[in-house]
Amino acid sequence: MNRVVITGMGVYSSIGKTLEEVKESLYNGKSGIIYDTPRKEFGFRSPLTGFVERPKLKGLLHRRQRVGMGAPAEFGYMATAQALEMAKMDPDFMDKHNVGILYGNDSTAEAVTLAVDIVREKRDTMLIGSGAIFQGMNSTVTMNLSVIFKLKGVNFTIAGACASGSHSIGMGYLLIKNGLQEHVVCGGAQEINPYAMGSFDALSAFSVNFDDATKASRPFDKDRDGLVPSGGGATVILESLESAKKRGANIIAEVLGYGFSSNGNHMTVPDVDGPVRALEMSLQQANVKASEIDYINAHATSTPVGDGNEAIAIDKVFGERKPYVSSTKSMTGHECWMAGASEVVYSLLMMQNSFVAPNINFENPDEHSAKLNIAAKTVDANIDMFLSNSFGFGGTNSSLIIKKFKE
Amino acid sequence: MQNEEIISKINEFLVEEFEVEEDQIVPDANLMETLELDSLDLVDLVVIIEKNFGFKVKGEEFADIKTFQNFYDYVINRVNKGQ
Repeated sequence: MNRVVITGMGVYSSIGKTLEEVKESLYNGKSGIIYDTPRKEFGFRSPLTGFVERPKLKGLLHRRQRVGMGAPAEFGYMATAQALEMAKMDPDFMDKHNVGILYGNDSTAEAVTLAVDIVREKRDTMLIGSGAIFQGMNSTVTMNLSVIFKLKGVNFTIAGACASGSHSIGMGYLLIKNGLQEHVVCGGAQEINPYAMGSFDALSAFSVNFDDATKASRPFDKDRDGLVPSGGGATVILESLESAKKRGANIIAEVLGYGFSSNGNHMTVPDVDGPVRALEMSLQQANVKASEIDYINAHATSTPVGDGNEAIAIDKVFGERKPYVSSTKSMTGHECWMAGASEVVYSLLMMQNSFVAPNINFENPDEHSAKLNIAAKTVDANIDMFLSNSFGFGGTNSSLIIKKFKE
Repeated sequence: MQNEEIISKINEFLVEEFEVEEDQIVPDANLMETLELDSLDLVDLVVIIEKNFGFKVKGEEFADIKTFQNFYDYVINRVNKGQ
């Protein structure tokens, strides 16, 4: 079995467009949430959202490369370009190695909606243009990035609801661990627009705490009233330890374990048993004890039931030592398909810079969160090993364990 | 619409949308080669013509358009026919 390490990372999010910006935001507890007035006019119950503008790729990419890219592919590109640069994987490297890509993405609502609108108006499919199909397929990120970066290994998209990004890292880890791939680009992307989030808003799952947008996302807090959607892109480069050492790559961390499970009961209501099984599987796969985890980046999205059940699950497995826990969604909002990947990047930044990012807006615990060691403020602390949780609709669960690299 | 106006509008969207340098747009130059167009790009050219001039080009009509001048003549002809 191969050891699997991380040799590059990149992020493009509501709290920063570079790793440095994001690190500063995490340390300072800066929120990326805004009140988006057009959503109110569009018919949203909650116009709150995390926001980062779409990147301007003209000049960076040729027209033919850009034309099939919607927001998810653009966000994924920005994160992946950073990550590949850090990993020192240039076109020459891609030419000589079978680098793969597994990326989490579970919607392309805007591209599909706008294309259908044109056909409705013009009654002629040709007037949609050539890029709509590549923007509108769920695999838009992997198909675009594999062509742009000339990737020759595994190539497909993982749609696992709000755990998509986390599962992509888990699956990349398994492929490398089992010797089927040497290098895999893993990550998650999430579009930010009303088309993508209207049906989610319809479930009354979003916060209506409008007085101060930055206070609306309050995971684990007693007064939380729902999540705030968000988006962007995040990428990590996974590589076998052997390959990383051979080429003298800078090794950021090691992926030790991936646990997964399905609740198998309800479409939206999360339970305790499913996450507990994913947590325990990740510990077993990593061959570490619960007491060795220094920090847990919780999935907690700021919904009453979800956060409560995750708190129970974390307490059940980690109650003895009580590692630091925070949900970075308090700052970013819920980055959905991207979240499982971005939260690994956020946690890696904490690990590299020896701090635990705050769970902002955690003012009063409820009966379940009171049992956890939640970092309400930034804590300067060494993190040797962290665990990142991601759960999604349909009861899909993913837990990743990542350790600071040591020989 | 005057012919000069049509030509100027075409050149403008070729520069903006197809990212061709202005000095590469020479009446006798080959349109497809200069713009590095493949079959997918032709679909986008159809869309841009429709947006700018309000008529749709059929794919097969591109067969007779070799140079920029052919392209200008074709569009001018279609625009004038419409009037």
